[in-house]
Amino acid sequence: MKVIIFLILFTGYIAYSIVVYTRGTDSTIIYENKEKEQINKGKLLFQQYNCTSCHQLYGLGGYLGPELTTAISDVQRGELYVRAFLKNGGNRMPNFHFTNEEVDALVSFLKSVDTTAITYKRH
Amino acid sequence: MSNFRKYSFLHSDNRAAKIFLLLALSYLLTGLLFGILGGLQYIFPAFLKDSLSFQKTRPLHVYLVITWIFTAAQAGIYYYLPKIAKRSIYWQNGIWLHFALQAINSLIIIAGFFSGSFGGREYLEFPPVLGGLILLSWVPFVINFFATLKPNFKTAPVYIWMWSTGILFFFITVSESYLWLFDFFRNNIVRDITVQWKALGSMVGSWNMLVYGTGIYLMEQLSGNEKASRSRLSFFFYFLGLTNLMFNWGHHTYIVPAAPWVKTVAYVISMTELLLYGYIILQWKKTVSDARKNYHILTYRLLSIADIWIFLNLTLAIAISIPALNLYTHGTHITVAHAMGTTIGINTMLLMASVTYILKKESAFAFKLNRKWLSRGIYITNVSLLIFWSSLLASGIVKIFGKINNETFFYIMQKSQPFFKLFAYSGICVFIGLGILIAITFKIALRKKQFDAIISQQHVTAGPAQIINLKE
Ligand code: HEC
Ligand code: HEM
Repeated sequence: MKVIIFLILFTGYIAYSIVVYTRGTDSTIIYENKEKEQINKGKLLFQQYNCTSCHQLYGLGGYLGPELTTAISDVQRGELYVRAFLKNGGNRMPNFHFTNEEVDALVSFLKSVDTTAITYKRH
Repeated sequence: MSNFRKYSFLHSDNRAAKIFLLLALSYLLTGLLFGILGGLQYIFPAFLKDSLSFQKTRPLHVYLVITWIFTAAQAGIYYYLPKIAKRSIYWQNGIWLHFALQAINSLIIIAGFFSGSFGGREYLEFPPVLGGLILLSWVPFVINFFATLKPNFKTAPVYIWMWSTGILFFFITVSESYLWLFDFFRNNIVRDITVQWKALGSMVGSWNMLVYGTGIYLMEQLSGNEKASRSRLSFFFYFLGLTNLMFNWGHHTYIVPAAPWVKTVAYVISMTELLLYGYIILQWKKTVSDARKNYHILTYRLLSIADIWIFLNLTLAIAISIPALNLYTHGTHITVAHAMGTTIGINTMLLMASVTYILKKESAFAFKLNRKWLSRGIYITNVSLLIFWSSLLASGIVKIFGKINNETFFYIMQKSQPFFKLFAYSGICVFIGLGILIAITFKIALRKKQFDAIISQQHVTAGPAQIINLKE
């Protein structure tokens, strides 16, 4: 009996995982190849410099720095503001001495995150 | 290895298990140190900003304290396995292999963090290869677990189910958290984040299974009643916990624009798990006789304290699972309060219960000599933890009002400063409290053998009545 309950739950888990991977998180946004490359590069930089230790995207990450999901479209912040921080660091944020290309890539990545943030903007 | 023979605590069949326990405590101690540095960086912005910034202190802290949790659980399991199975560990050298792989991996991860080499994913902030190495180091543990126990799941007590589940899901969820290496996941941010929340949420569930299983085993040992861990209620609780582990992670994704049913599924089965576990401890406490309670007084007390933290965190967890509230609490220190409140208040207290139980079993007399300090350590930890936890909640509330009023991040941080100070300083007190427990454990473990021999001669003829006298 216990073994059967376990197996039923486990099958449910596998099925649910597959559905979440494919249906629940489908995207309608399509990028050109060049853009895609740029976003991907930005994402890898984001990981390489462990921005997630201080910043959250969709609530995931550390809390010393501000949430970045809507940094680009936020009226109080915006692209230029974001670029300024990436170039110089801040009070707590270190200066990573990014090149202009790296800043461009990070900004493309943050922009792509921002365009998906419909739930944030509704509130 | 002959060197160990000098030390009585380490000189016995389950020496490897006890070395693992000391390894686990070393993770905790170092992890706490980096937590304190991180806390200080909250109140002194320039503190170590260029040499060891929060970019490094946070992953060091989180990696080490999480590793404390599962290593301490594994150490306990290594120690309890032969007693449960009534045969010795299947592959003794496997434990040493596990130890070596894990210790080497940890050194690489720590050195990597110091030098700024990151994988940059929440919780698993080290490069992906090393995640693979963590799984590899678990392999000898898995072999030993199943080959020593040869569990028959039809009749096995609930803690064996829980440990097995914890192991299975650790492998599943760590693998799942690396799905981003595939373009299919990496190139779709919503999918990537949803899957990451899913994997991490269930990963927390997997080590909870290891820890709660240990708690239930200890309760069985303390009450001497084997029925409870085979009862319907226990299994009902187990299956509810399993359902939570599998489907409840979605309460983290209320703000991720994934399909809405992901969130509904999560909300429906939110957090019932803790409620039942709290209830089980309460029920169990009624069944423990006074003699046994007094004999294992510290272990008993730690299990009871974990129960209080369960109810505190449960109230918080239910509150932040309500979507309307979650929208505001997400991305504030209320989430950190939830994370550390549960990992310190519940997991660490249960694991410390396991540590005190093993110490008492192995070195009853030395344990007795140090009981006062152990009590003090427990007391200091919990009083400071209450302040620590409340200060995180308070800074979370400041942020919520700041967000509602459209205040800037900088201004909110400034307004939160008094609470961050309270957080950092009470964190130091948590460190002192846990530090006492760690220091005493090392002191007892590394005591020389001759001393213990004299002591045990005096007590070798002691019957149960005398043993109970040891309680003072
Ligand atoms: C050591 C922690 C830390 C790390 C690592 C870090 N940041 Fe920051 N960041 C901050 C803090 C704190 C602020 C707020 C300003 C300040 O006090 O310095 C900030 C501000 C920002 C801002 C301005 C947005 C706003 O809302 O104010 C952006 C954009 C940003 N960071 C992007 C990044 C990126 C991209 C990375 C990774 C390459 C990164 N940060 C790494 C701590 C960090
Ligand atoms: C047994 C002890 C502890 C455990 C198990 C523990 C666990 C954790 C966990 C799991 C997180 C990640 C939280 C999240 O963002 O989801 C965390 C973060 C953190 N902890 Fe601890 N912790 C412990 C003690 C301490 C102490 C004593 C301090 C000292 C001040 C501390 C300071 C921090 C800081 C600064 C963070 C980062 C918060 C952020 O993201 O901004 N921790 N801890």
